[in-house]
Amino acid sequence: MRIVTSRGRRTRGLGPLAAVLVAWSAFACAGSPSPMRPGSEPASQLANLGWLLTIVGSIVIVIIAVLLLVPGIRGWRAGRAGAIPPVHSGDGERWIVIGGIAIPLVILIGVFAVTAATLSKTSHPPTRARFMIEITGRQWWWEVRYPSPDPQQTFVTANEIHIPVGEPIALRVKSADVIHSFWVPQLQGKIDVIPGQTNTFWIRADSAGVYRGQCAEYCGIQHAHMALQVVAQPRAQFESWVAQQRAPAPAPTDSLASAGRDAFEHQACALCHAIQGTGAHGKMGPDLTHVASRLMLAAGTIPNTPGHLAGWIMNSQTIKPGNDMPQMYLDGASLHAITAYLATLH
Amino acid sequence: MATTAPYSAPTAETAAHLDEIWHTPHTLYGRLATVDHKIIGIRYLVTSFVFLILGGLEAAIMRAQLAQPNLHLLSAEAYNQIFTMHGTTMIIWYAAPILSGFSNYLWPLLFGSRDMALPRINALSYWLFLFSGIFLYSSAFVGQMPDRGWFAYAPMTELRYSPALNMDFYALGILFITISTTVGSINFVVTMLKMRAPGMSINRMPIMAWSTATISLMALFALPSLSAACVFLFFDRRLAMHFFDSTQGGSPLLWQHLFWIFGHPWVYIVVLPAMGMASMIIPTFCRRPLAGYGYVVMSTIMTGLIGFGVWVHHMFATGLPPMAMSFFSAASLTIVIPSAVTVFAWIATLWDSKPVMRTPMLFLLGFVLLFVIGGVSGVMTAALPFDWQLTDTYFVVAHIHYVLVGINLFPVVAAVYYWFPKMTGRMMSERLGRWNFWVMFIGFNLGFFPMHISGLLGMPRRIYTYSGGLGWDAANMISSIGAYVFAIGVLLFLINVIKSRRDGAIAGDNPWDASTLEWSVPSPPPEYNFLVIPTVRSRDPLWEDRLALPERSSVREGPTLTEGRETLATTPLDAELARVLHMPEDTLIPLVLALVMLVLFYGLLLRAWWLAGVALFGAYVVINIWLWPKRHAPLSEEG
Repeated sequence: MRIVTSRGRRTRGLGPLAAVLVAWSAFACAGSPSPMRPGSEPASQLANLGWLLTIVGSIVIVIIAVLLLVPGIRGWRAGRAGAIPPVHSGDGERWIVIGGIAIPLVILIGVFAVTAATLSKTSHPPTRARFMIEITGRQWWWEVRYPSPDPQQTFVTANEIHIPVGEPIALRVKSADVIHSFWVPQLQGKIDVIPGQTNTFWIRADSAGVYRGQCAEYCGIQHAHMALQVVAQPRAQFESWVAQQRAPAPAPTDSLASAGRDAFEHQACALCHAIQGTGAHGKMGPDLTHVASRLMLAAGTIPNTPGHLAGWIMNSQTIKPGNDMPQMYLDGASLHAITAYLATLH
Repeated sequence: MATTAPYSAPTAETAAHLDEIWHTPHTLYGRLATVDHKIIGIRYLVTSFVFLILGGLEAAIMRAQLAQPNLHLLSAEAYNQIFTMHGTTMIIWYAAPILSGFSNYLWPLLFGSRDMALPRINALSYWLFLFSGIFLYSSAFVGQMPDRGWFAYAPMTELRYSPALNMDFYALGILFITISTTVGSINFVVTMLKMRAPGMSINRMPIMAWSTATISLMALFALPSLSAACVFLFFDRRLAMHFFDSTQGGSPLLWQHLFWIFGHPWVYIVVLPAMGMASMIIPTFCRRPLAGYGYVVMSTIMTGLIGFGVWVHHMFATGLPPMAMSFFSAASLTIVIPSAVTVFAWIATLWDSKPVMRTPMLFLLGFVLLFVIGGVSGVMTAALPFDWQLTDTYFVVAHIHYVLVGINLFPVVAAVYYWFPKMTGRMMSERLGRWNFWVMFIGFNLGFFPMHISGLLGMPRRIYTYSGGLGWDAANMISSIGAYVFAIGVLLFLINVIKSRRDGAIAGDNPWDASTLEWSVPSPPPEYNFLVIPTVRSRDPLWEDRLALPERSSVREGPTLTEGRETLATTPLDAELARVLHMPEDTLIPLVLALVMLVLFYGLLLRAWWLAGVALFGAYVVINIWLWPKRHAPLSEEG
């Protein structure tokens, strides 16, 4: 486990830190979306503050434990000797003034200073955000909109946010229903998503990769399955992704996919889902124009494979009980065709 | 002055006479009509423990579900109901009432009084507590337990998102118990101001009296905020109002402000009296008075004041301006100081002593350590930017359990071991007690410490299941094992209570050789508490000789007050004798009023407005009967 300082150096800890780190590395694993494995400068600022507090706190705990154990053991020994000590008067104000007031005051002032410094470094991006993404929390998925001055260039996707590496991106978060909280631990702290209120926020990823995020505010029956992925990629790749997302859905190239599109348009699917460039314009569920380009389905619940997709279409209420997608009653042929069609929507 | 009047030592006849005056018959009527603070106190303790066990069973079910990724022992819906009930039960129906139980039982005994100031109010507050709990749990029988979290954030609680009765049970149940807590708090405040034995000036009160008085005042200011929130919620849901509905101009954040203006003071409300009990028990076993009494008193009061200035630290991620939040961050750090003062007062008391390491001391040393761990994690969450990472994760679950189990349950168990001999006349088993402590202490840390880690690994709270491969599996498995070990510890405690009550060693008046007034009377105390009303001259009336204090309290000679149910009222600061109070007889009125209230709340729940109207009128009639002036009791007390 490595502690990244603001300049990316490694810092050395003390005894308690070693214990914390041993415990930590026993648990941490590569796939963990941990705020202590930062993928961005602001998140490492937060992690550093966290480590500092952990170290100071561990030292305090160890000292207090010793201060409790020593008299405890002394008393236990005296008790084994069978003696109940006589009542005595005593003082101890010095303990209180030094241990209870002076030392905590010094520590707390230090903690507050570091906290305030971290706050000023992380609450605003160091440079102007390059562009803005609108994120709408919904029970239980994320709508992601990349607005553009030209409405034709605006596009909407779901549960997956692509950003270019190393650039601060502004986020406007709002809710379509109840309170959610947008949280990608490795990139930034949380921001609540509150109906009737638009919160602004920013993120940045300093190394390319996929960062898992998850709704952090209890938002109802499927709060547990409201994840998202942030895909940080080099500028060029990001731009080609944008170009791809702006395009309408690719037309089917074989008869199966074509049948799938027709089935999609004429079954209940189109009531809730939109696929740009087709007759499906539903607004309730995620936009599926480029669904096949996404990593996960159902807000990070299952991987995006044709098998999982078919399973989701037929059994969404088993996979994510209580979600808004109704039980579908499709015959085998329609299911096969729709799945095949959706799998072409890159 | 009363203290200079010559009193002869009371005779056996006086005792028999007092017995007759204060006796509550062991009949059904007597049991329902009693206003004896000791009986009410023990009922509070037992009832709160029943709620602790209910909440504990809910926790056990949750830990089974979370032991491994993707388990489906519970449906999402059931899990959400259970975690909501767990939080609501523990925080509102266990943590505060258990402390009311101790205070109810102990206060008149600590104060050298024969009862609380308002004995009928005391009975009322218990019955309201019991019935509100029954009301809340009746939701289980229709399968509609509250399911929006104990914090019940709007707008998810609005009818649109929660059409069944779940959140009506929540809003009304909480409103119901706030009445109980409010009248109980008034009773504590009045008792503290008026009912202390002559000479027990305010600087001689036991610390526990300071802490319970502080939290009672806090409750009187904090609860209206919660009550208002619950009334608004019920209005939103059933009378088509829009307090929290942003689509109609309401504000979801209004709920959060109202809730946490109550919620954070409430954290101190459920820990300060427990700390106060620790401040009484530690000196007994250290064989010396508490170090820094004045510091501890000031800290208690400061905590009570600053506790009202920290609520926004629950809302650091809501998008409030950073400057405003910095204030609350600083306030949340500041509140560490009074806690540190208290901890070091205990350490100072321990440090020049050879503490007698009986079971209560084990629990208290464990408690101080857990308190410090909970304090450190509290500082981490108070650091505003880092809280953006911690809030709503398992780290906070770990933190609140270190705080609430550490600073409430551990001292509560210590206090049961300590005062059980007074309540029952029998000692609890030491051998079982040591097992009890170690199993609970190890189980607790095994269960809750790993939650710090799962939180730092990015695991959010309130999720009914999680995927594998996120690094959370090991921490959760250990937490679940620890939770069950902890449950065994609690079970050992219950076994010890039940077993010791039947065949524990006989305790005698003062088994711990403690210094305060409750140990000057027999165990269990007679119904009238004190044969003579003592006169107090120091903080440690039973240690005065050994501490070579300049003045001596009088616990064996003093006024006996045998004209009826009587006790003494004194002045608020100096506790100079003010007058003789005539205390009320046993009465069914509090029970009837509480029953009428139960009907009222079911009427509101079922929207049977006519029933609610009848019950409200009934309550008006009962209160009139209660307050009707009595011709032959010119000195009647105000309760």
